[in-house]
Amino acid sequence: MTNLNVQLPGLDLKNPIMPASGCFGFGKEYSQLYDLSALGAIMIKATTVETRLGNPTPRVAETASGMLNAIGLQNPGLQKVLGEELPRLEQYDVPIIANVAGTTTEDYVEVAKAISESPNVHALEINISCPNVKQGGITFGTDPDIARELTRAVKDVSSVPVYIKLSPNVTDIVSIAKAVEEGGADGITMINTLLGMRLDAKTGRPVIANITGGLSGPAVKPVALRMVYEVRKQTELPIIGMGGVADVNDVIDFLSAGANAVAVGTANFVNPFICPEIIGQLPGKLHELGYESIEELVGRSHRL
Amino acid sequence: MIKQERMVVTNQQEIAHHIFELTVQGELTGEMKAPGQFVHVRVADSFEPLLRRPISVASIDYESNQFTMIYRAEGRGTTLLSEKKAGDTVDILGPLGNGFPVEQAKQKAYLIGGGIGVPPLYELAKELNAKGIETVHILGFESKGAVFYEDKFRALGDTHIATVDGSHGTQGFVTHILNELPKDFDTYYSCGPTPMLEAVQWAYPEKQGFLSYEQRMGCGIGACFACVCRTTKSETDYIKVCSDGPVFPAGVVIS
Repeated sequence: MTNLNVQLPGLDLKNPIMPASGCFGFGKEYSQLYDLSALGAIMIKATTVETRLGNPTPRVAETASGMLNAIGLQNPGLQKVLGEELPRLEQYDVPIIANVAGTTTEDYVEVAKAISESPNVHALEINISCPNVKQGGITFGTDPDIARELTRAVKDVSSVPVYIKLSPNVTDIVSIAKAVEEGGADGITMINTLLGMRLDAKTGRPVIANITGGLSGPAVKPVALRMVYEVRKQTELPIIGMGGVADVNDVIDFLSAGANAVAVGTANFVNPFICPEIIGQLPGKLHELGYESIEELVGRSHRL
Repeated sequence: MIKQERMVVTNQQEIAHHIFELTVQGELTGEMKAPGQFVHVRVADSFEPLLRRPISVASIDYESNQFTMIYRAEGRGTTLLSEKKAGDTVDILGPLGNGFPVEQAKQKAYLIGGGIGVPPLYELAKELNAKGIETVHILGFESKGAVFYEDKFRALGDTHIATVDGSHGTQGFVTHILNELPKDFDTYYSCGPTPMLEAVQWAYPEKQGFLSYEQRMGCGIGACFACVCRTTKSETDYIKVCSDGPVFPAGVVIS
């Protein structure tokens, strides 16, 4: 009997698969398609103190085996997430990882404190890496000192374990990982999107209204995998890996590189049933590879 | 209910310059509730191109479990789709969005379409006619070579064609024809480029109208927040074209 169970700080996961933040809204749309209780966890869309309208359209553009997006953290704001979105998710037997965003440390602290007290929020994912907002966001994720201090501030107020979402848009991701570990992070999620752009061939104008956007999809997987591998070499912190995961083999790759669990992002748009499909394929895949549990696979590339 | 299904292609043909008519068969057909809903099509099983394509439904045949899409093959994705032949299968997600409210028309309706916005109006015209509503069709195209379904619309009611270059019908946009027509209808329905929808709205401020919008989409089901539009109903909110629309009452969308 294969064991898909994974134990992480705050998270007793029945399997290691979860939809990534920003690609699943607050679960409402996908709940019309399948039972969300099948998922290991759900990383809900970023929540900010106030309602955010996000960026002008067009907000997405297709690229080779990937897509660019610049949604701009559109969300209904903390009070509506607490009052409507999280209670609606209580009907499912699935832990929620709440993604927290802001423009100042005070914003992050306010959202983290309030949202971590929700009964079905089992962990926080601190978004210090959104490339699509002009203030805050990525600046927190590219300077190790600022990342360490923000982690401390959030840890102080959170009643659940804190995972920090790292940006790939840095020279040395390991130094940021070490900094958030020093700041008291309980885990790391990685990677967020890679800053990119696309031009219209006829006019020369950027296709996305925001000019630049975050690149995701299968195109970014080799970068994400390399970064998970590098960070795993330098820290014992649990890692939830993501970046271009589109099938069960990609999940195996991330686990092998050192991720303890895996999030699926853009692939949900290509196949809205991708998460339950991968979960269904995992036992057979483990058996085929000669493993009996997810834990045996984690980090195996480092042991070869 | 939204389904994902590998549907079987029963027919594909080029019906105008780069305009293709694709008919598919499968259970998903039975889920369609209204004209103006759309489907999200995966054009290849590989990750290149990656995203699905939103395509409108031109006619539905519930008895044979088939529906027909009409699309313009202009980019890589739609060109790949145009290469599918009878017997091939296509991965389709749908039906998506809310369609045109057929029950809102009382006696006579204007159906105003532009280019690739024309297809959903055909199923709408069929359903309105079936309810005994008189339909007048005002359809705009780039040029004669891009015109499709003219005879099919004529079979259902008075039909006027405009082409930008004047090679067929009236020269100019659909608004040139609208200026010449009486305002003796109770409801209008429109689908096409956003500037055209704006012009139609301006032409009939006193009439009940329903407009179908386009926007670049990610997921097609309302989760990704890519296809949003500002709304006149609230300064602090967006509406999503894919799941709140694509059809909205006139006066709701700020374009």
